[in-house]
Amino acid sequence: MKNRETMHEPLIRISKKDSMQWYKSWAVRTAAIALALILCAFVIILLTGYSPIEVYKAVFAGSFGSERKVWLTFQKVAMLLCISLAVTPAFKMRFWNIGAEGQVLAGALATSACMIYLGSKLPPAALIPIMAAASIAAGLIWCFIPAFFKANFKTNETLFTLMMNYVAVQAVAYCIILWENPKGSNSVGIINPSSHFGWLPSLFNQKYLLNILIVFSVTVAMYIYLKYSKHGYEISVVGESENTAKYIGINVKKVILRTAALSGAICGLAGFLLVSGTDHTISTTTAGGQGFTAIIVSWLAKFNPIVMMLTSFLLIFLERGAGEIATVFRLNQSISEILSGIILFFIIGSEFFINYTVSFRKKNHKEGKK
Amino acid sequence: MITLIASFVKQAIIQGIPLLYGSTGEIITEKSGNLNLGIPGVMYIGGISGVIGAYFYESYGDTSNGFLCVLVPFLSSVLGSLIMSLIYSFLTITLRANQNVTGLALTTFGVGVGNFFGGSLSSIFGEGGQIALNTTGNYFKQTLPFADNLGLIGDTFFSFGFLAYLSFAISLFASYVLGRTRIGLNLKAVGENPATADAAGINVTLYKYLATCIGGGIAGLGGLYFIMDYIGGAWTNNGFGDRGWLAIALVIFAIWKPKYSIFGSILFGGLYIVYLYIPGLMRNTQEIFKVFPYMVTILVLILTSIRKKREHQPPASLGLPYFREER
Amino acid sequence: MSEKAPAIQLRGISKHFGKVAAISDVSFTVNRGEILSVLGENGSGKTTLMNMISGIYFPDSGQISVEGKEVSIRSPKDAFDLNIGMIHQHFKLIDVFSAAENIVLGIADEQYDLKAAKDKIRSTCDKYGFVIEADKKVYQMSVSEKQTVEIVKVLYRGASILILDEPTAVLTPQETRQLFKVLRNMRDDGKTVIIITHKLHEVLELSDRVAVLRKGEYIGTIETSQANESILTEMMVGKKVVLNIERSEPENPEDRLIVENINCLGRDGRRILSEVSFCARSGEILGIAGISGSGQRELLEAIAGLQKVESGKIVYINPQTGGIDNLRDKTPVQIRALGVRLSFVPEDRLGMGLVGSMDIIDNMMLRSYKKGKSVFLQKKEPRNLAQRIINELEVVTPDVKTPVSRLSGGNVQKVLVGREISSSPTVLMAAYPVRGLDINSSYIIYNLLNRQKKNGVAVIFVGEDLDVLIELCDRIMVISSGRISGILDGRTSSKEDIGLLMTKEQRGGAV
Repeated sequence: MKNRETMHEPLIRISKKDSMQWYKSWAVRTAAIALALILCAFVIILLTGYSPIEVYKAVFAGSFGSERKVWLTFQKVAMLLCISLAVTPAFKMRFWNIGAEGQVLAGALATSACMIYLGSKLPPAALIPIMAAASIAAGLIWCFIPAFFKANFKTNETLFTLMMNYVAVQAVAYCIILWENPKGSNSVGIINPSSHFGWLPSLFNQKYLLNILIVFSVTVAMYIYLKYSKHGYEISVVGESENTAKYIGINVKKVILRTAALSGAICGLAGFLLVSGTDHTISTTTAGGQGFTAIIVSWLAKFNPIVMMLTSFLLIFLERGAGEIATVFRLNQSISEILSGIILFFIIGSEFFINYTVSFRKKNHKEGKK
Repeated sequence: MITLIASFVKQAIIQGIPLLYGSTGEIITEKSGNLNLGIPGVMYIGGISGVIGAYFYESYGDTSNGFLCVLVPFLSSVLGSLIMSLIYSFLTITLRANQNVTGLALTTFGVGVGNFFGGSLSSIFGEGGQIALNTTGNYFKQTLPFADNLGLIGDTFFSFGFLAYLSFAISLFASYVLGRTRIGLNLKAVGENPATADAAGINVTLYKYLATCIGGGIAGLGGLYFIMDYIGGAWTNNGFGDRGWLAIALVIFAIWKPKYSIFGSILFGGLYIVYLYIPGLMRNTQEIFKVFPYMVTILVLILTSIRKKREHQPPASLGLPYFREER
Repeated sequence: MSEKAPAIQLRGISKHFGKVAAISDVSFTVNRGEILSVLGENGSGKTTLMNMISGIYFPDSGQISVEGKEVSIRSPKDAFDLNIGMIHQHFKLIDVFSAAENIVLGIADEQYDLKAAKDKIRSTCDKYGFVIEADKKVYQMSVSEKQTVEIVKVLYRGASILILDEPTAVLTPQETRQLFKVLRNMRDDGKTVIIITHKLHEVLELSDRVAVLRKGEYIGTIETSQANESILTEMMVGKKVVLNIERSEPENPEDRLIVENINCLGRDGRRILSEVSFCARSGEILGIAGISGSGQRELLEAIAGLQKVESGKIVYINPQTGGIDNLRDKTPVQIRALGVRLSFVPEDRLGMGLVGSMDIIDNMMLRSYKKGKSVFLQKKEPRNLAQRIINELEVVTPDVKTPVSRLSGGNVQKVLVGREISSSPTVLMAAYPVRGLDINSSYIIYNLLNRQKKNGVAVIFVGEDLDVLIELCDRIMVISSGRISGILDGRTSSKEDIGLLMTKEQRGGAV
């Protein structure tokens, strides 16, 4: 019966925090990133033997080394941001759309088809809107199917959307062989290389500028939609508590379908921008895993589109920096995924210290009681 | 014709084995309520850790000792997968991070590590060039001694390396543990309703950790099999492809029962390569065939959710963190 | 022989939740081989007290002795080790497991052998007169079957002290009789049975002794043979407390809401409301009294369009036009579209009435955000409303932007009630609006309800404190097992009258 009084209290107690001031929580996140960068430095030194200063210089050069690189960086940020914006309303509603990859591909496929089949038949003023509409519709349908089953039968949307990714990949693989150029190359090559039919025009001689501006306006629109529109409000209510939604008479099914459709539509738009605005071709890796990265971007930003500009920039910056390290120090390009992974682990882990308090058992507890 | 069918069955089994490892591991993990979307990454790590182990053993060890040639990569593969699973477990169980986000980050990391070391292992530690661990690969490919004497049957069913049989053994054993032992019962309880399990005196955290780590270790062997037996000891970047995701699909197809995933893995393996066996297919129609495993999975997912048979549903607390004070 | 030996002794047990004392300084003894009823109204602390014996909570102070030894019960496992088992009101079972699997779950020191376990289960069942299908899955079971599994689970682990929390709340009269037979068998076998209840007739029928709690305090223990309903009621509800809630005479009451013979099924497919009929009039407060879970929630939700009604009529009489609108089978949106100004303060404030993570302004919008043609939210009105409610109802909050989940219980309720009355309703329904509130906040709510009454609103008030119901309401409707067991005049009825109606056994039960 010794220590009876203290035994009931465990050594470490974890309890939920009410909420943290925003600057404190951002301090925690910054500290996590700093720690992660230190660890990354160790990893790099271990692998290369170069001084970390050199390495970080290279990281910076990766994104900002030349004017071309700067544009490319912003283009990549824009694309990742666009897909992140797409998954955000769904997440806010607690609909885990991890099928952005497939929805982007569906959009890209629709764009390519338009470029190939309609490219020479329609004037650009008609062609480009049709392409955009077709991609948006394709992405929308790709996300609507799982949402339909979720709303009606509570089918698990995480697994469903995940599977839809690979259906899209195979559909693209099929079409690549259908359209391949030259025959037997297993790739489509640049579509309409000389006529530029269906290519998004360059603005001020910058071929990425239009993309960036479109995504920027989508960002602002999404911010306003989520924060100030009635739809956005309904999304929040459904996500927070389905019971409350029913209590005030929100048609939960309708909101799920509508929001998932929006999510898919923006993914489709991203597919359109990727093919028509930058790549001018399609492959099974057109989405390049960004559908998954987007989930992390959105989640890190706490579903806030404005903050997402920052988090998507952070991830692209790291990726491009790591790519530069790989080139400069003749390492494998995959180092960027390793470093991103490490940093993500730290940021993901840091959320715990924002939401929970850890307290240790007080030693003098016993005296107090006896 | 019979030879063709026999060869098809054999290839289906070969393709099915990595999936079987992956899905058995993921089933065990999901039974504890953890949806580990990092399994594709874990399988890459399982493969590359085996490669690293074999690389060093072939460089410094006695390659005539077949047993050690197999044991070293085997153990290093399991160790690699365990470390990955521990990262996931610590983040999701102890720190209660979002499982989807953590899993996806783990996959990014794992694929990165795999491709990085696969591509530059020899340039960092040796003279460079492509890694070819033929010696180790051959040991892994060692078939049962009597296989050659059994003709077609022997070739179809007994011509695999030991990892193939191990995958069936593990799957059957997992099925036994889940269905017939107290540990299995407790594990299922944790995945269904951790609060009830907690109240019954089951250590929820311990079970979640163990299930995730053991599941990860098993899944990693799928990567090892692919590299050592199927490829024969060489690494090609992204060679493992999307098999990790297919393994997760297989979990749904098998409605969370390891014994069904044995059958399912061969079916999926068969669907994966059936296009090679149907004469007169165009190259593009071949691609259509590859979509079948996913379509079948979607169909199963829809049907089980419409029929709502309770035994066929995912573990009820799948994807949710458990925090005792919230009960 | 050892009949008078104490099984459990409680000495000076206290437990606080935040600042509220749930149990204060309770001491009493449970004897071995007896059936002891722990009697008390809702919120009197019965369950909290028993949870401390079964290891769910740990007392702030006080000492528990089991079989004469001082013990410290830190977890349900500790309780099991002391041979104490509790059957909770909300069953802790795994739905997809069979009865046998649930029963052996978590037992560490026994060979896993379901066949042997089933034999043991069968012999336990035979011994006490249970019927159980060991292979049946829990999700296929009726409530009483689930309860049986819970009891067998506890016995299987060798419990000699059983605590049952409101075991009859979910049972039919036939099932209740069967349960009592089993409990008597167990007592005769030397087991100690503690049953938490507030049904007087059950206490008198079953138990050997009765311990009574009131508002977290121990009132006393008496032998059942020396008790009758009026003695127990007085112990349970206490002397009449004068609360000084103002009550004006209803002014020109007219029928506003008429409910006729409605029947509803609960989530588990059981009949939860049977042939309920009543009329709510403008300018008066209609109280609804009853044991919690007797169908109050379903009744209000049926009126609000949130609960399916199997049969019967719900009719609203428009005060302006005198027109009659049918509310049955309408969604909340359709009801509003009819021009019916129906407000509803649900029992579950943060899970239904409000969104905890949203600030006060956003919560104000829940009812009104759809107004207007614009696709954008109009924040001005809700902001003004939020500010007005904060000022008028003295809501303590840093600002209007604070998430409501960070407010105290009383302030949360002021926000909710404030919003619901802001739309100048003609019918206002409030379920347990003062639950968990301190005295001051409670009075603010009473005054709000009274003001609504004076404005000619038909107020329906579901309460648990009988003193309040008697002081506040013009008429009190008592609901018991989903049926209306009586409608009394608030000015003339006594707590005893209401208490008897609350526990009145329904002929034929709720099924």
